[in-house]
Amino acid sequence: MTDFPILTLLVLVPALGALLVAFISNRQPDLVKITALLTSVLTGGLALWTLFAFDKGEAGFQFVSEHSWISSWGISWHLGVDGISIFLVVLTGILFPLVIAGIDPHHDHKRYLAWMLLLEAGVMGSFISLDLFLFFVFFEIVLVPMYFLIGGWGYDDRIYAATKFFLFTMIGSAFMLVGIIATAVIAKADAGQVTFDLVKIAENGSFAAGTGRWLFFSFAIAFAVKVPLFPLHTWLPDAHTQAPTGGSVILAGVLLKMGTYGLLRFGVYLFPEAAVWARPVFLTLATIGILWGAVAATMQTDLKRLVAYSSVAHLGFIVLGTFALTSQAITGGVLQNISHGISTGALFILVGMIYERRHTREIAKLKGLQKVAPVFAAAFMIVMLSSIGVPGLNGFVGEFLVLIGSFATARWWVTVAAIGVILAALYLLWAYQRVFHGEPDEDNKSFAELKWKEGMLLLPFIAIIVFSGVFPKPMLERIEPSVDKLLEHVQEHSSWQAPVAAEKGEG
Amino acid sequence: MLDLVWLIPALPLAGFLVILLFGRKMGDPFSGYFATAMVGMSFLVTVGVFVDLMSLDAEARTEQVHTLFSWVAVGSLHIDLAFLADPLAITMCLFVTGIGALIHLYAVGYMHGDSRFSKFFLYLNLFAFSMLMLILGSNMLVTFLGWEGVGTCSYFLISFWHEKDSAATAGKKAFVTNRVGDWGFMMAMFFAFWAVGSLDYLHINEAASSLSTTTATAIGLFAFVGACGKSAQLPLYLWLPDAMEGPTPVSALIHAATMVTAGVYLMCRLNPVLGASASYAPTVIAIVGAATALFAATIAVSQNDIKKVLAYSTVSQLGYMFLAVGSGAYTAAIFHMVTHAFFKALLFLGSGSVIHGMHHEQDMRRMGALRKFMPVTFATFIVGWLAIAGVPPFSGFWSKDEILLAAYDKSVVLWGVGLITALLTAFYMTRQVIMVFYGEARWHDAHEEHGAHGDYIAHDAHDAHDDGHGDQAHAGQPHESPWMMIVPLGVLAVLSFAGGFINMPFSHSTERLTNWLEPVLGVHETDTAKLPLALVAIACGLVGIGIGFAVYYFKKVEPVEPKILLDAWGYDRAVSKFMGGPGRKVFEGIAWADATIIDGAVNGTARVVRGTAGEARKVQSGNLRNYAAVVGVGVVLLLAWFVIVRGIL
Repeated sequence: MTDFPILTLLVLVPALGALLVAFISNRQPDLVKITALLTSVLTGGLALWTLFAFDKGEAGFQFVSEHSWISSWGISWHLGVDGISIFLVVLTGILFPLVIAGIDPHHDHKRYLAWMLLLEAGVMGSFISLDLFLFFVFFEIVLVPMYFLIGGWGYDDRIYAATKFFLFTMIGSAFMLVGIIATAVIAKADAGQVTFDLVKIAENGSFAAGTGRWLFFSFAIAFAVKVPLFPLHTWLPDAHTQAPTGGSVILAGVLLKMGTYGLLRFGVYLFPEAAVWARPVFLTLATIGILWGAVAATMQTDLKRLVAYSSVAHLGFIVLGTFALTSQAITGGVLQNISHGISTGALFILVGMIYERRHTREIAKLKGLQKVAPVFAAAFMIVMLSSIGVPGLNGFVGEFLVLIGSFATARWWVTVAAIGVILAALYLLWAYQRVFHGEPDEDNKSFAELKWKEGMLLLPFIAIIVFSGVFPKPMLERIEPSVDKLLEHVQEHSSWQAPVAAEKGEG
Repeated sequence: MLDLVWLIPALPLAGFLVILLFGRKMGDPFSGYFATAMVGMSFLVTVGVFVDLMSLDAEARTEQVHTLFSWVAVGSLHIDLAFLADPLAITMCLFVTGIGALIHLYAVGYMHGDSRFSKFFLYLNLFAFSMLMLILGSNMLVTFLGWEGVGTCSYFLISFWHEKDSAATAGKKAFVTNRVGDWGFMMAMFFAFWAVGSLDYLHINEAASSLSTTTATAIGLFAFVGACGKSAQLPLYLWLPDAMEGPTPVSALIHAATMVTAGVYLMCRLNPVLGASASYAPTVIAIVGAATALFAATIAVSQNDIKKVLAYSTVSQLGYMFLAVGSGAYTAAIFHMVTHAFFKALLFLGSGSVIHGMHHEQDMRRMGALRKFMPVTFATFIVGWLAIAGVPPFSGFWSKDEILLAAYDKSVVLWGVGLITALLTAFYMTRQVIMVFYGEARWHDAHEEHGAHGDYIAHDAHDAHDDGHGDQAHAGQPHESPWMMIVPLGVLAVLSFAGGFINMPFSHSTERLTNWLEPVLGVHETDTAKLPLALVAIACGLVGIGIGFAVYYFKKVEPVEPKILLDAWGYDRAVSKFMGGPGRKVFEGIAWADATIIDGAVNGTARVVRGTAGEARKVQSGNLRNYAAVVGVGVVLLLAWFVIVRGIL
């Protein structure tokens, strides 16, 4: 590994880009756009470079960058990636330039792009921070640009939605801040010195069962809001529906993943005993969320809200896998993070395109679009099938791994959760039928076919959907070693025994 | 050739990709011929593989696994994209690619003039690819890939004329109902992996004998739930009659000959697991199969739509196959699957030819006397009729007889149900033949509204097509179909007649199919005397035909066609009513609870915090500071609580 501070750059480049964009004159809109785009492309390039330089046999953290920051409090600038975070970093690196290049916010480009880039810096930072305090800073930074993106470029009810989003997450964060401080302070008792370092605390600190559980709870609630886990999910449909398309894509694509990632990286890693203890609660809430989100999605009349509720269901699978605590289930969950980001991101883009053309997202007002725009319909179909989880496309692999991996340790939950697979077909196909099938009426007759530029925006999504559905191996073999290492850690620090061999014969 | 087994699915996949990129330029009819050629070449490769496989000894034939690459591998789970080219799979491949190529060719004629001609063949080739993946997969997951693939293609093709609401709804219904079955398939995979540690058929079947009865029963019955969805058995058969909304070649290929047999195939694949379940799973399967066979046959008796009769007949015949599976006669199931593929594809294509010739009329009450106008269609349809009615020496007789024999060994009641079904089958098929081809012509006053009922091909294009055949003087008269449609009918008629010769019960050496499949499926041993049972079965078939003639040809007896049978015993309607009523209420209730209770609690809390109701919606971004302050206070309070209550410091 080189000494080149690539992870630091992953945060600094978009942050500096945001600053740069903010200082360019309003009278040079093109320069603003080019600067923003180049910054995000550069960040994306760095993310891909990280992926190519990533050592797939190494389970621990790579490209580690550690500098003391506030030494008296044991806070350091500690960054690193492993198999659990690498693809989230890549996803972030890919999604932002696509959103910046392909989705027009329609007004006030400069501020929009500045917020976008700051958002990217925050998200990147969250995924690579290995210091609790540093993580918290990034986690909170993300809130601000997202709040302004929804509030400034959203739809009619944007202020309500933005505030709801902010408050929900803030309250969760408040719990986490307390938890972080308490964790650092208690860990001191064990290590002799106050430290916010994730790895040090996790490897050295073993908390008394009661304390660990309370601390786990304080972290988990913040992440459960972010995921969002049932019943803390109601901010999501509002935020998604009111957010501009670009905001929705980022929100579904990477922001929600900060929750599932956090549960794994901070919840399970720091407090294995508590995570094992809390399993039934999380498995149950995840399973309810899978069904509840799907049923609620079925009854939505707004296409964007429908997609938002589908996220609740899909993310439920990830949480299920996380707390099933087997190699396949967690690996599948980590993979599902990426798959969901791609397919739901693409769905939001497509819904945005429908809105651009028809200025409505009401399912009842759309009809027969496949007849007038067959290519557009085909693109929607492929993305939808990925979201439904049809094998051969990316959505299936993660979902399947989660379910088959969870079966050994959470059989009844899996039996129920798998019903979500039926419901996914129901709500998406029903919506597809109402929007795309039938004879188009007067209002929909002139619905424009997919444009060249729009196709270029969707192409990368569809390419990833097909490629990683057929050949997920490059992803799986990078994710799995880190997951296995995490599982070993859990087994060392708790009573948990992940099933290794199958029943084999009479059992 | 064995190493080239991957080419069998790869050729239709290549066809799909080429048509995807160049389909519009290739146009009508070239894209259709191209698609046909790809499946035809796939058939030739299959024949080559078949010949090679025969040259191996019996033991080696079952172990031909060809791995392409590692697909999903995490921890102890290793799933390769690999093919298992054993006698069972290759037998399936032979008839799927063979009949598939014929139906592709037929569709070139049938779909001529459709504005989405090349798209039809795009889907058809994708279907062929998926079906071959399903068959050739060496593990349950590759089969599942194909399983979902054929389901998706079926959805595309049922709602091919998607402007029509009924077609769109039927497609969705098929997909969602199949997903209910897919839940079962997935559960079977989870159980298998948990119990065996692998999804490879060879591993699962090898470990089957050491599985506990409970585990084996669970795997078998969950897989059967999947099979009930795909192969349209009770209670999940509902989607298949509606699937007739698709163009007729689709009904023949997907909803009669190939895809719907996938469930039977899966059961045969897992036969050692069923064997290890101490007859629990087989008994359930046999009962469901027999019940479905009888149930669907009674419905077919009252249908007036030419395709609906055949659809219910397919459900019924699939029931026979499951009856065979449940009775442990796996070879008989495959045998009937093959002969059924011949004669049912023939009957569907024949009905398509009739529909085509009748300008898209599907109601048999407006047909009649067509034997004079469509001689080839008529002659081939007669062959199909005799085959399905179980008249020796037509193919259907031999395979049905084997199933009835096995059912007799399992239980006399099941055998009796099978016999009644055979009688009904002969009866409703006779009814169909007479209504369509005999009697007086009832279509003279009906043709003005042609196109209002059936397939949906653009009228202008179709009329232009009629002109092209020089039919102008008889624009409204039924006419024989073009050669692309006639040739497949002829070939299938020969197969429907002679198909039984692959498995003759006279001596060990004439039971070719049984011997060929024995390494995979084993042999169903029986001491029962075959001849008396066969005579009873023949008698039942003849009685059915006789009653049919008495009622519909000689009109000696008034037809009995109760409304309840036309309405399919009201089952479909009851399910729809439940889904649209209480089912929908539950969904609405949850959506309401989400908006009112859960979100209401959130907003209520927000209001309480702010002290003023309704303000929440009007908050300006400047007020954010208030919230930050609230949150700050909260943090301090929480910290204090942690410090004091938990005594952390």
